Amino acid sequence: MKHLLSVTDLDAAAATGLLDTSDRLRQALLGREVRKLPTLRGRTVITMFYEDSTRTRVSFEIAGKWMSADTVNVAAKGSSVAKGESLRDTSLTLSAIGADCVVVRHPASGAAHRLASWADRDRAGTGTHTCIVNAGDGTHEHPTQALLDAATLRDRLGSIAGRRIGIVGDVLHSRVARSGVFLLSTLGAEVVLVAPPMLLPVGVEQWPCRVSSELDAELSTLDAVMMLRVQAERMHGSFFPSSREYASRYGLSEARAALLPEHAVVLHPGPMVRGMEIASSVADSPSSAILAQVRNGVHVRMAVLYHLLAGAPE
Amino acid sequence: MNLFLSNTRPYGDGDPVDVVVCDGVITELGAGLSAPHGAETIDAAGLVLLPGFVDLHTHLREPGGEESETIATGSAAAALGGFTAVFAMPNTDPVADTEVVVEHIHRRGREVGLVDVHPVGAVTVGLEGQKMAELGTMARSRAQVRMFSDDGRCIHDPLIMRRALEYACVLDVVIAQHAEDHRLTADAQAHEGVVASRLGLAGWPASAEETIVARDCVLAREAGAALHVCHVSSARTVEVLRAAKAAGVRVSAEVTPHHLLLTDAALTSYDPVHKVNPPLRTAADTHAMRQALAQGLIDVVATDHAPHAAQYKDTEWQAARPGMLGLQTALSVLVLACVEPGLLDWRGVARVLSERPAEIAGLPDQGRAIAVGEPATFTLVDPDECWTVRGAKLASIASNTPYEGMRLPATVVATVLRGRITARDGQARP
Repeated sequence: MKHLLSVTDLDAAAATGLLDTSDRLRQALLGREVRKLPTLRGRTVITMFYEDSTRTRVSFEIAGKWMSADTVNVAAKGSSVAKGESLRDTSLTLSAIGADCVVVRHPASGAAHRLASWADRDRAGTGTHTCIVNAGDGTHEHPTQALLDAATLRDRLGSIAGRRIGIVGDVLHSRVARSGVFLLSTLGAEVVLVAPPMLLPVGVEQWPCRVSSELDAELSTLDAVMMLRVQAERMHGSFFPSSREYASRYGLSEARAALLPEHAVVLHPGPMVRGMEIASSVADSPSSAILAQVRNGVHVRMAVLYHLLAGAPE
Repeated sequence: MNLFLSNTRPYGDGDPVDVVVCDGVITELGAGLSAPHGAETIDAAGLVLLPGFVDLHTHLREPGGEESETIATGSAAAALGGFTAVFAMPNTDPVADTEVVVEHIHRRGREVGLVDVHPVGAVTVGLEGQKMAELGTMARSRAQVRMFSDDGRCIHDPLIMRRALEYACVLDVVIAQHAEDHRLTADAQAHEGVVASRLGLAGWPASAEETIVARDCVLAREAGAALHVCHVSSARTVEVLRAAKAAGVRVSAEVTPHHLLLTDAALTSYDPVHKVNPPLRTAADTHAMRQALAQGLIDVVATDHAPHAAQYKDTEWQAARPGMLGLQTALSVLVLACVEPGLLDWRGVARVLSERPAEIAGLPDQGRAIAVGEPATFTLVDPDECWTVRGAKLASIASNTPYEGMRLPATVVATVLRGRITARDGQARP
């Protein structure tokens, strides 16, 4: 693995390998007084976030630090990006500084792909190699989110293959949904997307999943349900009539959560709008794995950095 | 200067003939002629002789965008691509919306002298879509503007469009519309379909083109005006054109070489060299474009040659400017897409690259027959020679070609404008 740009970079074996590494790293840290492994000592990881993010940025930073990498955070607003430097020049600068890995979040779909293709081009010229990790690009993908979701589901359900997983909400604008559909189906899950047609991408029928517009009809057969974040600005008429109508048709209320099988797991990538896409009581219930997702996020990102920078244990 | 072509086949038909050109006019045409004294001679055995190409849709970037192209470099690209006339779109800086700017562009074109440069005037002031520009003044200027367009910006307001069409009718000019309902293409980055959905690129639905074309055909019929539809990209737009033409609307349409050949499958690398507006669509659409061109429902091929310097393309997809080079690859792409599959013969190429565009724009001395007494404005094509596209070697300042590294059929051996060689063997002759 040279970069992690999309979950389609991973076949089932590679994805399972990452999840296994994530488990092993978690075990390795469990009994330790000092939560630090020497694995990536001397390596430099730069997180470059062009969008606000708390959990993903902190998660990558901790993942690097727990493996003794030197981590540097670049907030796009505080750097020369705000002065109008192009993504191309920023990437040249960071690789000239000697970044081994750049973790990037960017509002433009494909930004991580562009950085990776420049990194490969520059490598030929300079000999330095920078790995790119996509930490969310526009409405395209968020591969480490899908990996941490998979890790959480594997913990809770014991397996992913054959499980039925619902992804509910604004699929059209969701990078979490895209990564989720393709990774979970690669791992053998049966994915059901639940959304009104205005919030589904054209051509979704060719994705490896089933599509439904009725949440109530799906809940009783799901092993897990992932509620997507709903952005308030989409709820003003052109995509959906109102937040209230959305909550009433697609929100995971207490009554709806009661339709789920007892073993079913509730996921949310965060940040949540309580009372909108998910009722507060459901988010805090025993079925909810929302905080486990956050915990697993660190271990999964450690595994990704480890595979990229130290070489995967084949 | 005199010119002698030996053993060429006009339109690729019949037995080879010799052509004698004196003082810019074809004076003799037939077998076994001898070269006049002092004439430049071209051994044209195996070459096809076509009327000079006319491009209704070019961006020469001057004034204002000289880091990407100038009238001189764009003219060289045109001559090397076999073109003898190009229409330069008005989205320059300043916008070509006044007599002063269109006359400047026209004059620069004449000074360079490689191709007839016809400025396209803006329909509305500053391409803002609000207030009609002085179409009559531009039409009667020394630039003799024949075509008006807000290219890149659709004339969205139906009232402005209606009045522009009515006025165009009395001025005997054509309104060329970039058909895109921007309300349906908010933030659009790529053809709305399977590929864009997977890539997370906001979709440009084909309906945004089809609805404007349908509306404009209705308005053009009412005004009795000539409407030209720029860069048709969607299969269903062809159905709208079919119905409008059958109803007698004075509508013509163009397709770009890239919409004949390339599809949105190229987008998976996110390399913005494939970003263009309207976007690359599906294989079903390119198929429909080829058929429509062969049937005459789409009248002409126009390049939408759109040079962009590296800083506007070597970016993330969303930040990149739309557009691709086209002048030097147009013929080859047309041969690959339509001639090789048997949809067009060389007479068909002459029709879509020369005769019809000259007719649509009302150019009396372009797109003429290859015959004695006609202006010696033609292009010599080697149908059997292939070449490999290298953006850095093209005449344009920018190098944003989507065909980089592709091996394409057919080369332009020579381009002749009123008896003067403007390009020969890959070199422009200013």
